[in-house]
Amino acid sequence: MKQLIILSGKGGTGKTSVTATFAHLAAQSGLTDQVILADADVDAANLELVLQPRLMEQQDFKGGKVAVINQNTCASCGDCQAVCRFDAINYTDGLYVIDPIACDGCAACVYQCPSQSITMCEQMAGKFYFSESRYGPLYHANLFPGQANSGKLVTLVKQRARLQALDENRELVIVDGPPGIGCPVISAVSGTTLALIVTEPTVAGVHDMHRVLQTVQHFGVRALVCINKADIYPAGSDEIETFCRARGIETVGRIPFDLTVTSAMVVGKAVTDFRPQAPSSLAIVAVWEKVIHSLLESKK
Amino acid sequence: MRIAVASGKGGTGKTTVATSLALTAGKSIRFLDCDVEAPNAALFLNPVLENRKEVGILLPVVNESLCTHCGKCAEVCEFHAIAVIGKKILVFPELCHGCGSCTLVCPEKAISERLDVMGVLEGGMTATGVDFTQGVMNIGEPMAVPIIRQLKKWTPANPTAIEIRDAPPGASCPVVETMRGADFILLVTEPTPFGLHDLKQVVAIARELGIPAGVVINRDGIGDNAVEAYCYENELPILMRIPMERRFAEAIACGKTLVEAAPEYRPAFQVLLKNITARAAA
Repeated sequence: MKQLIILSGKGGTGKTSVTATFAHLAAQSGLTDQVILADADVDAANLELVLQPRLMEQQDFKGGKVAVINQNTCASCGDCQAVCRFDAINYTDGLYVIDPIACDGCAACVYQCPSQSITMCEQMAGKFYFSESRYGPLYHANLFPGQANSGKLVTLVKQRARLQALDENRELVIVDGPPGIGCPVISAVSGTTLALIVTEPTVAGVHDMHRVLQTVQHFGVRALVCINKADIYPAGSDEIETFCRARGIETVGRIPFDLTVTSAMVVGKAVTDFRPQAPSSLAIVAVWEKVIHSLLESKK
Repeated sequence: MRIAVASGKGGTGKTTVATSLALTAGKSIRFLDCDVEAPNAALFLNPVLENRKEVGILLPVVNESLCTHCGKCAEVCEFHAIAVIGKKILVFPELCHGCGSCTLVCPEKAISERLDVMGVLEGGMTATGVDFTQGVMNIGEPMAVPIIRQLKKWTPANPTAIEIRDAPPGASCPVVETMRGADFILLVTEPTPFGLHDLKQVVAIARELGIPAGVVINRDGIGDNAVEAYCYENELPILMRIPMERRFAEAIACGKTLVEAAPEYRPAFQVLLKNITARAAA
């Protein structure tokens, strides 16, 4: 079983549209019933908007704990505020109050409170889902707005996807990754066979591609690069290919800027399902073939 | 006044709007690039970065000669980042949140702290006089929030200045940290199902923080009308619309700001700022 992750560094380069299209192409190809899908972008989970899956199972996700002050016993000494390094304790109208959004859950205040007025309460931080989609089983989640611990929820989504793949001897898990390079990306990259970086030929896209490439290399995962919206700035696309060639990173295609992708998103379809002959569809098919070929070569 | 520019979905044009706002907002502009995982605003504003500071969290360092292995430190650590096994004490830096609980409870005062560097803060002026700062997280680090928190405090706040914070994408803790303490939240979205879904997430944060918010619809004309309908239903003012034009995308691709590529938009950004100022004061 192999795991492919789609990443970008910069947001909005087309990770989810490419992932959804891969899901459609896999379902159509020799990989029918061989693929499990996982959306690892838990605070902006969009894959379900294209796949429009049927929900089969849901679970509460408990995040960290937050501190709560019992105002009946609080002596308003301010010791809690003095030790909080997360600026989470506010003094308003003569009362010390904890801002649950800012609280890191460290409990430093609990141990400093001379009147034992502070306790830790578990928080509901999100929902975990398992669904069936027309392109295959989908594991996804929704981190409630503003919650922390996105890495833990990403790990849960990926673990469950991996377990089903192992149980049913499926060949491939396709993971739609989050933007950035921080905790959810690190959780999403962990254990994957191959990363496809979807970049765009813009100064910001290239800058962030460098950072995400360094991140996947740091965790020992091999990367391929594809260039989306490649014709917006062809000189930039050439630069990306030169950069990758110099570092031994294979580039697996250019996808043109094509509003058909947006139209497909609006009707909840992969672009290859919506208009198979659109320029973006043809380009993504070519990218998919190269990615699959490269995955088959991977040992892991 | 502090304005946080957020979006939920990535690539909707946060940095495009934030940088053009900074270039049209007049004097005394502070710009904070809070997207420390993928900071891009400097590519457009080209500041001369002269100041630099390493930042991170404080990790415990145990003085073994004072430690009695009582285990109090491990008992209070919510993150299992410190453990006492027999006469050995172990610190796991990757689990530590730097909260200081162990240092505070150690009855022998055997724990001191050292800075674990997670990234840098950089600052300097741009050619047009924008006081620019950004955080840059080191590769392989998981936690962005401590860097954002310190970025916000790095340079002294100037009450008469306009502070523009460029937020990271998503709707989890780094976005919250960027929005906290802001007077107004400017939400940049695109009129697509992805744009709308993720906009709702950040609107929920703005509402929870009790900060007024308004929307900029970027790439107006693509997708559908659902974002507009949502804004009307939820009394979110649409403060600006930027049409989908290929020439904008091409200019931004090679590092130009929107108002450099399309100077005819300068008055619209000035109106946007006036609108924000009025709504933040209301």
